[in-house]
Amino acid sequence: MDEKYDVIVLGTGLTECILSGLLSVDGKKVLHMDRNDYYGGDSASLNLTQLYRKFRPNEEVPTKLGKDRDYNIDLIPKFIIASGELTKMLVHTEVTRYLEFKQIAGSFVYRDGRISKVPSTEMEAVKSPLMGLFEKRRAKKFFEFLQNWKEDDPATHQGLDLDVDSMKTVYEKFGLEPGTQDFIGHAMALYLDDDYITKPARPSYDRIVLYTSSMTRYGKSPYIYPLYGLGELPQSFARLSAIYGGTYMLDKPIDEIITDDNGKFVGVRSGNETVRADKVIGDPSYFGAGKDSDSGKVRVIEEGKVIRAICFLNHTIPGTDDSDSCQIIIPQNQVGRRNDIYIAMVSSTHNVCAKDVYVAIVSTIVETKNPEAEIEPGLKLLGPVFDKFVSVSPLYIPTSTGEADNIFITRSYDATSHFETVVDEVNNVWKRVTGHELELKPRKEEDQARIGE
Amino acid sequence: MSKQFQFKLVLLGESAVGKSSLVLRFVRDQFDDYRESTIGAAFLTQTVTLDDSTTVKFEIWDTAGQERYKSLAPMYYRNANCAVVVYDITQSTSLDKARSWVRELQRQADPSIVIALCGNKTDLNARRQVSQEEAKKYADEEGLMWGETSAKSGEGVSDIFTAIAKKLPLSTPQSRPGASRASAPGTQGGVDLNRRLGATEQSDACNC
Repeated sequence: MDEKYDVIVLGTGLTECILSGLLSVDGKKVLHMDRNDYYGGDSASLNLTQLYRKFRPNEEVPTKLGKDRDYNIDLIPKFIIASGELTKMLVHTEVTRYLEFKQIAGSFVYRDGRISKVPSTEMEAVKSPLMGLFEKRRAKKFFEFLQNWKEDDPATHQGLDLDVDSMKTVYEKFGLEPGTQDFIGHAMALYLDDDYITKPARPSYDRIVLYTSSMTRYGKSPYIYPLYGLGELPQSFARLSAIYGGTYMLDKPIDEIITDDNGKFVGVRSGNETVRADKVIGDPSYFGAGKDSDSGKVRVIEEGKVIRAICFLNHTIPGTDDSDSCQIIIPQNQVGRRNDIYIAMVSSTHNVCAKDVYVAIVSTIVETKNPEAEIEPGLKLLGPVFDKFVSVSPLYIPTSTGEADNIFITRSYDATSHFETVVDEVNNVWKRVTGHELELKPRKEEDQARIGE
Repeated sequence: MSKQFQFKLVLLGESAVGKSSLVLRFVRDQFDDYRESTIGAAFLTQTVTLDDSTTVKFEIWDTAGQERYKSLAPMYYRNANCAVVVYDITQSTSLDKARSWVRELQRQADPSIVIALCGNKTDLNARRQVSQEEAKKYADEEGLMWGETSAKSGEGVSDIFTAIAKKLPLSTPQSRPGASRASAPGTQGGVDLNRRLGATEQSDACNC
């Protein structure tokens, strides 16, 4: 540990592992450490032993659940949008060679007390119980408008300016009902609340286009998922980093962040060992999150809380056509909340649990003093739950950008149902650390050929 | 009809026993005396021809140095069909380390994994600390294949990989859970990110 590094990375969550991988590829000398003896930090997938150690340290793992190694239980529920930014990152860095993906079978939305499939084809749209006959015609016009929109052809704009007019104006122009707006804004544009409605329509347009192009890419749903759980993602980027010279140390307690008289980063101490570097990047848990800061400096603050309930079922979720995996969005308006409730379900098809076990995670942003009651509408949709692990996690954000003291702290994983904000965070931290934008340069034709041939 | 079978092979062993050198000799028939600790070891493949109609393609995973502080990811062992556990015949402690890697494989990897114990650096026979008898006896006890190699001279290298290829079950390659993903993209609901991304990026139309 006597060597000096360019960057020390603390925590092996996905954000940190992507940054570590990209920095190593960029030629930086990286030391990557984690206090846990497993990869992934908050974005790990745990086997049963690890899951029990975390949630029920005094209990034995029940044998009825099957083999320990069959389980890879995500701590944070997210799916990958097929045409989204994380997919581009995976392909660009070629970590796809370490991963295998499967589709998520279906995407559902809750409306008026029941769940319906978000249509993935025109046929499904025509049959969908989400809208009445006349509403379907109006929705068709709305989607045709989006599909035909050409930036440089005002005739396709139908008098709307996406950069000026609000989404409310757009919805009103096509006469869409509030229930349809819920389904478009929350199940397709994937907004967690209704703040978007009064803002310019451009980001909503982009999000709906991303959803629909992802939907058509593989067919059943716009989402894909890595076999063996989301914890494979940080592992794959850690491997990328190692291949480009990054040094990995797990099971390494970090006892102190050392700074000089001006508060600038010097190094980190683990036990009696001190290792120096120019810069440090790390998740909030390494910088005083959740406890009093040792140096008296407050480096991270709490922005809110997310409740997540990991539920083990021995059946598929009722009303999902026996889907082996799915997403269900409960738009906030439908249950009188400010934030959506989100359900993500995966199963043995994705090698995350034993056969005939289904793992559903119900989550939402906490609004009251009784968060467990808040996810009740989601839990009700699951049917009988035979085991449940509930956690309430604070969301931390750094108090400074890090440029002044070379201490770059990442944000906690948010309540969104996908990874787009994780990639935003990678771009953001990359710029703070290196001083320039992260560029994923277009790759040559031959590089795009399938890897492993 | 000619058949190609594809298998994932992982390398294990203490640092500096010559894991990467062994692979470089096998895949590129090269050797570098002053090789640094593993950096930039890409994803290597090499094909072994067993007979006129059968070839075995190894998809070789190097540790990328992650073994140094016991930080190999579960991903590394996942679906590995075979493992080469390397020790240095001039360092008796490296055989002890090899034993602990074998235990780790028995704990983490698929029970059907084929494990070969490989004593490297036979070009330094004068400084030998690990006798053939000792290593062979241990390998027999644990049901491992065993061989000695010199990545420097090339001696024994192709022999040990060929022996592994012969030991691997070639009966039903596609249905085996460990059979490599690269051989059958898109089957069983799998999706190929690479191919499809290229396709969608060219047409930027919104397919509403």
